[in-house]
Amino acid sequence: MKVIKEKHSFLMRWTHWVNFPVLTVMIWSGLLIYWANDVYTITIFDYTLIHFFPQWFYDVFAIPQRLAEGMAFHFLFMWFFMLNGALYLLYTIFSGSWKQLLPNRHSFAEAWQVVLYDLHLRKTAPLQGKYNAAQRIAYTAIIVMGIGSAVTGLAIYKPVQLNWLTWLCGGYHLARIEHFGLTIGYVLFFVIHLAQVIRAGWNNFRAVIAGFEVVDQPNVTTPANPATDENLLPHVSHE
Amino acid sequence: MENKELKRPSLEATIDKKIKRRTFISFASFFALSGLGLGAWKWLYNSPEEISGITAGAHKPLRDALNTSEQVFKQVYSNTHLVKTYPKSMAATDVRVNGDIGLTDETFRVQDWQLEVEKEAGKLLTISMEQLKKLPKTEIIYSFKCIEGWDQIQHWGGLRFSDFIQHFNLESQSKKAYVGMQTPDEQYYVGIDRESALHPQTILAYEMNGHPIPVENGAPLRLIIPVKYGVKNLKRIGKITFSDTRPRDFWAEQGYDYYSGL
Repeated sequence: MKVIKEKHSFLMRWTHWVNFPVLTVMIWSGLLIYWANDVYTITIFDYTLIHFFPQWFYDVFAIPQRLAEGMAFHFLFMWFFMLNGALYLLYTIFSGSWKQLLPNRHSFAEAWQVVLYDLHLRKTAPLQGKYNAAQRIAYTAIIVMGIGSAVTGLAIYKPVQLNWLTWLCGGYHLARIEHFGLTIGYVLFFVIHLAQVIRAGWNNFRAVIAGFEVVDQPNVTTPANPATDENLLPHVSHE
Repeated sequence: MENKELKRPSLEATIDKKIKRRTFISFASFFALSGLGLGAWKWLYNSPEEISGITAGAHKPLRDALNTSEQVFKQVYSNTHLVKTYPKSMAATDVRVNGDIGLTDETFRVQDWQLEVEKEAGKLLTISMEQLKKLPKTEIIYSFKCIEGWDQIQHWGGLRFSDFIQHFNLESQSKKAYVGMQTPDEQYYVGIDRESALHPQTILAYEMNGHPIPVENGAPLRLIIPVKYGVKNLKRIGKITFSDTRPRDFWAEQGYDYYSGL
């Protein structure tokens, strides 16, 4: 018997889908800014593995010579990014949905089992609530990263007026590196996130747009206790 | 029991219908809102450039946003917020030169230079280097920040702009909202808000690393204003003006933020 099960609240879906294009514009405009002083590399023993970024990359995305434009876009969309993030944070704190999100004392051990399961090295996934252990860690991390981007960004933007923030980030240079590193982190997160969403399938994806999942409940006529049962359904889908 | 058996198919059908309905409404709303968002982005991306004036070269809505952000961050501005300073040993000996706009006039002679201050329209005050050097010397070793993203610890010496105002009786002029500065050939020019100009670490510099400033670094007198990006640190000051409206600013005409405050 199919049952509609509410999964994601409206505010969670709203902030998720606002964040996606806003963050995309922030990353793009950030690249226009970074280009003007593109000094970061990954270098081991004088051998440069990666230079951020190679010329072909700049050419593909039409990055060069657009610093002023990049700053103008970045300093408008920073407001959207921060307001949307603040809305999400306030909602998550006051609705109590942080309880389903934050890792608990089992999460770190369980996350490993989730990874093994995802890699088909383990047959069963650990029991989970709304999010599995790996999701709890990943989604909490991405929120912390979002806060980090706002903080390191402000530290670079106003290093004199907000010099306490710059100090907190370990100085101007480190703040800029952190700001850059977090962005690389978003891109890596996005790649895994997208792969997992595709893998998890339609029911899971629909929930982030429509808010509900369809689950099979064989004995719908017996008055089960949904409050306790619901949180322990063995899900196999997770994005 | 019989009743329930009869109800089942219809209940399942109801749920199926409900699922379809909610899915449809949600996805339709999602695509409609995405379309609106995409439309808003296209409008912004293709929005016309501002009308060229004191500022130019930016999309009109983005210029408005820059000016709004300026107002927001002016709320946290204070002249008690000082730029971090460093020991002399950390100052760069090879001081980075990033541009020569306003410095290309080959007839310019450092020894003939005099500073002009426009006290009011048509009324110029001329000041020599000797007069300036009589004022107390302030030295600062701080991290000069370029709008491009690099920074360098540099050592500059000169007189505080606020001391300059006081000594040459320019208090009434300095009550105006902006200070304008330009090179003798008028090719490079900046506008600075009053508060930033009067910041205790803003100096009119005539020394770099304890020696007269080299030509390419802005000889004989340049602005060092640590609460602004390098673009506002005008080299080879020819003339200083005061106004209640924004003075011309070279990079603000190229799409950059007028305020450019740190």
